[in-house]
Amino acid sequence: MNDLNGILAIWYREAKVFSREKSRIVASIVNPVLWLFVFGAGLGGRVAIPGASYQAFIYPGILGQAVLFSSIFFGVYIVWDRKIDFLKEVLVAPVSRTSIFVGKILGGATDSLIQVSILLLVGLVLGGMGVIPGLHLNALSLFLSLLILSLTTVAFVSLGLIIGSLMESPEGFQLISSFVVFPIFFLSGALFPISGLPAWLAPLTFLDPLTYAIDALRHVVLGASQFRVAFDVGILGAFTALVICAGTLAFDRMKV
Amino acid sequence: MPIIKTTDLRKAFGSLVAVSGLNLRVDEGEIFGLLGPNGAGKTTALLTLTTLIKPTSGTATINGFDIVREPGKVRQSIGIVFQDPSSDDTLTGYENLKVHGMLYGMPKKTREVRIREVLDLVELTNRKDDLVKKYSGGMRRRLEIARGLMHFPKVLFLDEPTLGLDPQSRDKIWEYVENLSTERRISVVLTTHYMEEADRLCGRLAIIDAGKVCALDTPANLKRVIGGDIVRLKIDEPHLEEIARLEFVRKIERKDGIVALTVINASERLPLLLQLIGKVDSVEVRSPTLDDVFLHFTGKAIREGSPEGGWAERMMHARK
Repeated sequence: MNDLNGILAIWYREAKVFSREKSRIVASIVNPVLWLFVFGAGLGGRVAIPGASYQAFIYPGILGQAVLFSSIFFGVYIVWDRKIDFLKEVLVAPVSRTSIFVGKILGGATDSLIQVSILLLVGLVLGGMGVIPGLHLNALSLFLSLLILSLTTVAFVSLGLIIGSLMESPEGFQLISSFVVFPIFFLSGALFPISGLPAWLAPLTFLDPLTYAIDALRHVVLGASQFRVAFDVGILGAFTALVICAGTLAFDRMKV
Repeated sequence: MPIIKTTDLRKAFGSLVAVSGLNLRVDEGEIFGLLGPNGAGKTTALLTLTTLIKPTSGTATINGFDIVREPGKVRQSIGIVFQDPSSDDTLTGYENLKVHGMLYGMPKKTREVRIREVLDLVELTNRKDDLVKKYSGGMRRRLEIARGLMHFPKVLFLDEPTLGLDPQSRDKIWEYVENLSTERRISVVLTTHYMEEADRLCGRLAIIDAGKVCALDTPANLKRVIGGDIVRLKIDEPHLEEIARLEFVRKIERKDGIVALTVINASERLPLLLQLIGKVDSVEVRSPTLDDVFLHFTGKAIREGSPEGGWAERMMHARK
């Protein structure tokens, strides 16, 4: 079994498919920008966050949200591959299931990182122009943000693929994935400081891996965070390792 | 040494036995057919041989490799064209072949040369940069045959290769398959429920019903089992006692005013037959077809073009 070839073949195919779906790229940029400006500006006038404007506060949250949504959504493509029978062609090739899984992760991560890079550029330009008060990105913070987001996307693409490998229809995937996506999003502190939540909800936010991704991003982008960055990245890395292992198992057991 | 050898290959889904104790040998360069109605277990046999599902018991070797213990080497040795289209229609024909070559670990140079060769073989060179969603059903099947041949397999598996195709596309595919066997010495295993296809292409044929092989021989020998030609007579008042005593009449069947006789050398014996029978409304004499063979071995007619309905195939497609 030639694993590197399998990984590259799947990655090449996913990248080709993505490059043909321009509308998907546009939609994935427009939604976060709407969140940032409509939601951020609308609520921002009434909400005071110590040390930054509300828009600057949610900017790392919106980056995390964009990666979460596009990464988990990517899992639907494994369902789709099964439906169009392309999955058979891949599964009958002399490559291991693990290399198919890794190729898919790279494909999904590429999609997410292209989208989020555009959002980072939007932040760089608009922050520089003073449209988002308190947001000042530079080469280092862009680079560190991309590193954190890379780890985040690998984790959530894996999670999406696990869901996809278990589902038989795209509709079923949508239903189940929204049950996963929304709690992760709302409990992550993307839109508000988690210290503002009632005490009984606090433990749940600590179980949410996106909490740590967004906290680390806030540290890098705004210089303020709840935990230490090393702690955030450590938790995120552990979660990523866990879902990769689970995904490898899920792909091994996946039926044709 | 046979290129494929199965030993008591068995596949059950719970209490349903789809393939029950298959023992087959396929030689190099041979076109081997699995003929049977929908649900006979052909597709299950094929998916097992191609390592996509594991046998419940028994095993098989392909190109000397065991399908259970060495699936990677088996996969490298085989090409497959599935019953349903399995190319990615959001990619071009060329890109589908490129992904395939990458999956099979072909170095770039070999891959590019080979893509040109196989596109040429199936006459799709001038459409290689079109998205597959713009291909017709026949073109798509041809692309998938090209894809199955990309990595120089020893055996090509074809699952119902002409199902749902127009006669012109069907003839083209038959031509390619014949050339593969005669010019390139590639063994071909195909499943079909079209008698004409089995008759034209296959060197040997296994008739499969309910997961078992009922008969296995060349199409000509299988037809010889019938032991004569078929004479169908339409008679109002059949007096068949005398006919039954003739030594060249092998079999007499009566159904709905039609008498079907199996007669050795019918064209010479027909005048004598008609003399003995007297008044008949119509007579039809024909050589036995594989339909007759199928009826002979399984006791039922194969229904051509009936919708997919066998439980084994439903099982395989239940996810869609």
